[in-house]
Amino acid sequence: MPNTAISVSDLSKKYDDRLAVSHINFEVPLGTVCGFVGPNGSGKTTTMRMLLGLITPTTGQGHILGEPIEHPEKYLSRVGAMIEGPAFYPALSGYENLMVLAKLGGFPIERVQQLLDKVGLGDRGKSKFKTYSLGMKQRLGIAAALLPEPKLLMLDEPTNGLDPEGIQEVRALLRDLANEGTTVFVSSHLLSELEIISDYIVMLRKGEIVFAGPIGELMAQQQPTIIAKSLLHSDLARIVEISEKAGHHAVIRNDSVHVLAEMDWAPVLNKAAFDAGITLAQLAPQLPNLEETFFEMTGDK
Amino acid sequence: MFNVVKAELRKLRRPTLFFGTIGAAIFFTGLITSFIYLMIDSPQGNGDRGRSISREILELASGSVNGFASVGGFLGIIALCVFAAQTAQEYTYGTLRNLLVRQPSRMKILIGKFISMSLFAVVMISIAAVISIAISYFLAPGAKVSTDLWFTSDGFEAIFTTFVNVTISVVAFGIVGMVLGLLLRSPISAISLGVLWILIIEVLLMAVKNSLQSWLPGAQLSAIASGGTLDLTYKHALTVGGLYVAVGAIVASVLFVRRDVAN
Repeated sequence: MPNTAISVSDLSKKYDDRLAVSHINFEVPLGTVCGFVGPNGSGKTTTMRMLLGLITPTTGQGHILGEPIEHPEKYLSRVGAMIEGPAFYPALSGYENLMVLAKLGGFPIERVQQLLDKVGLGDRGKSKFKTYSLGMKQRLGIAAALLPEPKLLMLDEPTNGLDPEGIQEVRALLRDLANEGTTVFVSSHLLSELEIISDYIVMLRKGEIVFAGPIGELMAQQQPTIIAKSLLHSDLARIVEISEKAGHHAVIRNDSVHVLAEMDWAPVLNKAAFDAGITLAQLAPQLPNLEETFFEMTGDK
Repeated sequence: MFNVVKAELRKLRRPTLFFGTIGAAIFFTGLITSFIYLMIDSPQGNGDRGRSISREILELASGSVNGFASVGGFLGIIALCVFAAQTAQEYTYGTLRNLLVRQPSRMKILIGKFISMSLFAVVMISIAAVISIAISYFLAPGAKVSTDLWFTSDGFEAIFTTFVNVTISVVAFGIVGMVLGLLLRSPISAISLGVLWILIIEVLLMAVKNSLQSWLPGAQLSAIASGGTLDLTYKHALTVGGLYVAVGAIVASVLFVRRDVAN
């Protein structure tokens, strides 16, 4: 039994002369929630398509649940997926759409109603897919992905179109699945959501891996920031000057100074500002979050 | 494979699609069969492209299925539309990726789709056969056509042979639709091109040069339904038509199996 759900080595995909995914390597341990992040066009969906056997890699190898991606028939019965949004037959109801997939995969048909109930579509299962809101379509897509009781769940932007309550429900659902042993590989633009639920992060930029590993390791690599605000806006430039003289990079953002320094330097800054006749209105630490880290690492602002 | 067939049948039994298709088949069957009897004495003819189908021909043991054989080409066009739409819509709706995630063997998907749509076509053909024979039986006395030989053993053999020929023709039209659907990946483009070619381009080409009908695919498949025509023997139509269908099916299958699913 492998201890990785996804393992990718030197995987590339080239379309004509454009390298959509470039020699990427990463592993996702079993039973974790792994966030898959990157700007639009960074190669996330292409990578997911390769892992699902929908497109053939140009180079490299990959293994899903221990099986090579050249043989998707060996692992797809244990994988649930929703990529590039929910795609269903508009003239069929949500129930009928799931029935088509249940028949195709040979899954018990009782699961269809159970899953509709689980994703909150129990009372709208008989309505045609084309009458669904975007959020309902997303929920149906998640239900379809859960049909095989997957060991690995791959979701591409599952919270698109969901209201805050729906986002919270999906977050709880993914966490529950991970607690039950399902590995969740999820891409999302809602980085704050991924930060809450992810154990692992794989970050892509222009088809290349920027970071792949535990989220704690990623955050630990980031320097903490001290936020300083003065009573007078004209003093901000002087705070920057004081910080730079002490060897700490500082910039003015949104009426405050962001100083790259450990929190134990804050009292020093406080005293130096006081000595310079500056009254600080606020002096607080700010640990980097995933969103800031993402922007910094991908250079995507 | 069986799972694919079951899943596809679930889509095909959708009321709008099922009753719409069967309704169209009943309409064309009723129309063409009725014309044969109601216009039997018309100088403009009562058959395809002004041809006359005489009382003597209709009174033969094969008389009961004359209308049914004539409607074969129209049933074929209906099948072409259904097969093309059901295949190409997987690309336009993006549902092909769902299918391939649940059944990674692309050949199984393709063959399963073909089997289920062929079953659907057989239901349509069976209903058309019953409607056509019933209309023929009820209109025959008014047209002074004797039906004495229709339900003899020769008559039943003719019904069976015509049913098989129409089925071969309709399923072959369906394969053409499936091939167009796979190649063009858009229901509208696939149906437009198929119908335009068979109903307009082939007719124009044959009007310009009649000998071309020996080589045009639509003409061959229609001739199979009729068990051959005065200009096209059954064997020739089956051979040439079979070649077109086989080459198209092989090219489309190879493309389907190897092509990246990137939409």
